[in-house]
Amino acid sequence: MSTTWIIVAFILGFIIVFQIAKASEYVAILKGEEKTRKETNKINAFLLLAFLIVGLFGVWYCNEQLKGKILPEAASEHGERIDTMILVTLIITFIVFVITQVALFWFAFRYQEKEDRVPYYYPHNNKLEIIWTVIPAIVLTILVGFGLYYWFQITGEAPKNAQIVEVTGSQFKWEFRYPGKDGRLGRKYFKEINELKANPLGQIWDDPDNHDDIVANQEMHIVVGKPVKLIIHAKDVIHDVGLAHFRMKMDAVPGMPTTMWFTPKYTTRQMKEKYGENFNYEISCDQMCGTGHYGMRGVVIVESQSEFNVWQAKQQPQYAAAMGGGAPAPANPQAPATDTTANSAGSTRNIN
Amino acid sequence: MNNETTIHVHDGSVLHDDHHNGHHHKETFITKYIFSQDHKTIAKQFLITGIIWAIIGALFSVLFRLQLGYPDQSFPILETFFGKWGQGGKINPEFYYALITMHGTILVFFVLTAGLSGTFANLLIPLQVGARDMASPFMNMLSYWFFFMASVVMMTSLFVQTGPASGGWTMYPPLSALALAQPGSKMGADLWLISMALFVVSSLLGGLNYIATILNMRTKGMSMTRLPLTIWALFFTAILGVLSFPVLLSGFILLLFDRHLGTSFYLSDIYVAGQILPNEGGSAILYQHLFWFLGHPEVYIIILPAMGMVSEILSVNSRKPIFGYMAMVGSLFAITILAFLVWAHHMFVTGMNPFLGSVFVLLTLLIAIPSAIKVFNWITTIWRGNVRFTPAMLFSIGFVSMFISGGLTGIWLGNSTIDIHVHDTYFVVAHFHIVMGVSAFFGMFAGVYHWFPKMFGRYLNSTLGYIHFWVTIVGAYLIFWPMHYMGLAGVPRRYLDFSLWTTFNQFNDLNKFISVVTIIVFAVNLMFVFNFFYSMIKGRKVRSANPWSANTLEWTTPINPGHGNWEGDIPEVYRWPYDYGKDGREYIPQTEPYKPGEKVH
Repeated sequence: MSTTWIIVAFILGFIIVFQIAKASEYVAILKGEEKTRKETNKINAFLLLAFLIVGLFGVWYCNEQLKGKILPEAASEHGERIDTMILVTLIITFIVFVITQVALFWFAFRYQEKEDRVPYYYPHNNKLEIIWTVIPAIVLTILVGFGLYYWFQITGEAPKNAQIVEVTGSQFKWEFRYPGKDGRLGRKYFKEINELKANPLGQIWDDPDNHDDIVANQEMHIVVGKPVKLIIHAKDVIHDVGLAHFRMKMDAVPGMPTTMWFTPKYTTRQMKEKYGENFNYEISCDQMCGTGHYGMRGVVIVESQSEFNVWQAKQQPQYAAAMGGGAPAPANPQAPATDTTANSAGSTRNIN
Repeated sequence: MNNETTIHVHDGSVLHDDHHNGHHHKETFITKYIFSQDHKTIAKQFLITGIIWAIIGALFSVLFRLQLGYPDQSFPILETFFGKWGQGGKINPEFYYALITMHGTILVFFVLTAGLSGTFANLLIPLQVGARDMASPFMNMLSYWFFFMASVVMMTSLFVQTGPASGGWTMYPPLSALALAQPGSKMGADLWLISMALFVVSSLLGGLNYIATILNMRTKGMSMTRLPLTIWALFFTAILGVLSFPVLLSGFILLLFDRHLGTSFYLSDIYVAGQILPNEGGSAILYQHLFWFLGHPEVYIIILPAMGMVSEILSVNSRKPIFGYMAMVGSLFAITILAFLVWAHHMFVTGMNPFLGSVFVLLTLLIAIPSAIKVFNWITTIWRGNVRFTPAMLFSIGFVSMFISGGLTGIWLGNSTIDIHVHDTYFVVAHFHIVMGVSAFFGMFAGVYHWFPKMFGRYLNSTLGYIHFWVTIVGAYLIFWPMHYMGLAGVPRRYLDFSLWTTFNQFNDLNKFISVVTIIVFAVNLMFVFNFFYSMIKGRKVRSANPWSANTLEWTTPINPGHGNWEGDIPEVYRWPYDYGKDGREYIPQTEPYKPGEKVH
């Protein structure tokens, strides 16, 4: 019902405005077109100035309203660099923004048509041109230099001691694989993927490195203060691991593993204490991946090393699940023990 | 350049058509209005088709803004019109993704490429260089009809059972390549690719014609440095299109092969919807390189014509020469070259080699220099002028304001370090809508208001024009400015519902506000469309051949020029087009010879 009223209101408004506009054209002719033109010219000149002033106020007001809604401080060292870069760029571009917008609208107002004004014939001035070529060039060089210095730090090699987590995106979920004691992820091949046989990632069971690898869903556990290197895969279409709090992002491309690394600074608990129980480090898919794209959510749990160890110990290697007939076995805190039994069971299976 | 010969050639051809008498030529309704070879009619065809597309594309944005602003509310009207797509009065995800994909495709290609440069290149090139028509009027006609066919195919795709393409306007494979991945990648994607292939053909036929006409058919005395900046801009636009659209076409053909012939150009290691596909060895990123090799020049294809028209309109209405004509041409040239060298800045987070990324950072930020020069020159053009605020002038000033706002955030995004965080967020949405969406539309509106008298011999209603301008500029800032904050908060693009998320769901009020403003701006722009068609038939008649007191050649033609443009000989040109306010004279048309002792600018 209200939709109908809104539409009716729009149509009425439409007709009224149109009639006024048509009438104003007749009035203009009656009053003398030149005179009306000069009047509207003054009105528009004034409006341009008003737009500038109200607009600049609006910029400030918008900032007041929304600055509290953007993200809290960066939760990784890389994120801090990115925030610094944003701040530097913001300051420079905002100064340019204000100067150019003020000049544009002020000149438009100041030099509005007047009877006695003689426009200044000013076709070029090479000195001015050189000045405003060179200054932007210098400023941009600084920004590029600064930006690339950070860029190479962020995209450089991960430290040797980094924890390794493999992230795999698929429509519309995240899966994570952690290397076991050996610290190595086993090989995998997409044609081995078999969800019924509990091999969602296509691990090759012949590879002993796979036997202690843990596979988990939706929640990624990482250790505070320790660099983590993500090895990113996708099964079906392109996804993107978006970690807004860490200011990190990397595409997940089928057939082309990508990597990214960062060092988380605060545990999930610390952030919850600071920003409320609702706080979560979320993983968003940032590359359009199909109809469920908007719900492709994962969570990062940042915890202390000891908490991580406890969690890890509770996990059962995927190999065990795959070899145990697919039924989820109860979590066994003695992972290595499970490992060996699973190992022998696996080798017989694999012959088939 | 051999003006003498070209004059003879085209004078001859027109004489034999007997066009320049302007009347009693045997023209049926079909040859005059439908399969017309007159560049002015073709321009109107492009414009009107573009307007129809713009209404559809904008309507789609209103629909998905309803979802974003009111995710919990049900609109029964949606089910009435869209059936299963709007089941329960809600926009379902398939529908949402189809809407955003079509919104992008329609506005980028059908409105701001075909509708903008198709219209103004056709209208202005022959008129402003002093030619009776395009180099090949027939090819020009084909260009429109290929665009028309592309439109028909794209329109058809909206009605297929599985829906139109819905992989985003960039159509990245594997999503767009695999029918299993989403319903929109079934028949919709094929129709999309076919339509776009036809579109590329249209664009190439048009572009080659524009280049040939500008290079060969300038009237006597019209040296390249006496060309209005509109023509320079359209010239570089055509070059960009001719060199980059074929690459896009090749990318699309490979995608069609992957879809239907079992090739693996873009596909590798795929397990989708429970099936293991045989493809190995392809690269999904290859498509992105091919796509953006057009895709980036494409944004300049959209913005350069607007820049050219704005330069012209600012100068005419400031009653003052454009400042730094050669710098303006030089910066257009620099932008054209750089446009080909920056495509991978759309791909910083695809896993591309970081060193390669750094090269693209450097080249991308270089583009800010010619852009800055243009902005400073536009501002200096207004400085100490005698400014008349016609609706066209207001839209031109609005263009500069928007271009500044959107251009500056380009410095953020072009810097890969910042791009890591804001890539694929609302920050990007805000940036490109302001810098190429709204700006290009402002350029287009400026052009329509300024050259409407030339197109139809009537004026648009200027009161409606003023309302149109003020609501649109205020609305555009209200819609897109706050989106930067959403982007800084990391809110991803292409999400239709944020209720699942704890990080991104704090903008519900803002989203509602943006949706309301969108609807108002949409309504006011419909009023512009109404003004357009009403004024075409019943608008105030133009009584002076040169209503804006401008210098360029199109205003030396009769008020309603026939096919062939000038009765009698094509005028000869003696000076550049920007002698406004020189030697105490308000304006000096290009056709006026230099007085003895008069200084060349």
